[in-house]
Amino acid sequence: MTNESNTKSLSMIVTKGSLDWAYPPFILATTAAAMGLNVSMFFTFYGLTLLKKKLDLKISTLGNPAMAMPMFGMHVAMPNLVSAIPGVDAAATTMMKNLIKKKGVASIEELRSTALEADVKMIACQMTMDLFEYTKDDLIEGPELGGAATYIETATKSDINLFI
Amino acid sequence: MASQLLDVKGLNCPLPILRAKKALKDVAIGGTLEVLATDPGAVKDFEAFCRTTGNELVSSKEEGKVFSFVIKRTS
Repeated sequence: MTNESNTKSLSMIVTKGSLDWAYPPFILATTAAAMGLNVSMFFTFYGLTLLKKKLDLKISTLGNPAMAMPMFGMHVAMPNLVSAIPGVDAAATTMMKNLIKKKGVASIEELRSTALEADVKMIACQMTMDLFEYTKDDLIEGPELGGAATYIETATKSDINLFI
Repeated sequence: MASQLLDVKGLNCPLPILRAKKALKDVAIGGTLEVLATDPGAVKDFEAFCRTTGNELVSSKEEGKVFSFVIKRTS
């Protein structure tokens, strides 16, 4: 694979914790690691929930006009008014999880454990931990704690820096 | 004939690449891995994977709805 001196690197700030938004960072992290890059992920705000031991990720159709789900042979979007009805997000989440399985898309759990196996460096935002009252016991084994300066130092040494 | 075979039919991006990377670890340097996939995106992705990792994409074929890639492990 690539030699040490020529190793490229990728850093990401992960800010979102819904099921759909969990995919881009973990897909890119695992793929970049498979392609020989050094990868760092900094989990902050709602992104921090992606490091919890037990993932219970959901989607919301609210405020997402581009989200049209394949149903009845066509694509159906959800008006905001309908999205606000209790149970609609749960139904949309179930539908998304079924689609994920049916289409051979990896689960977030699988991508996350692949990332850890591939030595992707994960940093949990200390401030977010304090803000939302999480302790290290709530998180999986592996992530280090750090703050903005920790991320910036990583970013200055990375070839690619993404905010997701 | 490739020295190892990996079947990732039915799996979607990025699983074909991730599974191939894992399987390549068990291939001797100079050996080959044949990957069978149904994800059409894998065609461009295996090209990019091989260019970036320095492994050689010996062949890339489509038969019916199945794509087959032969990758030679170079290092």
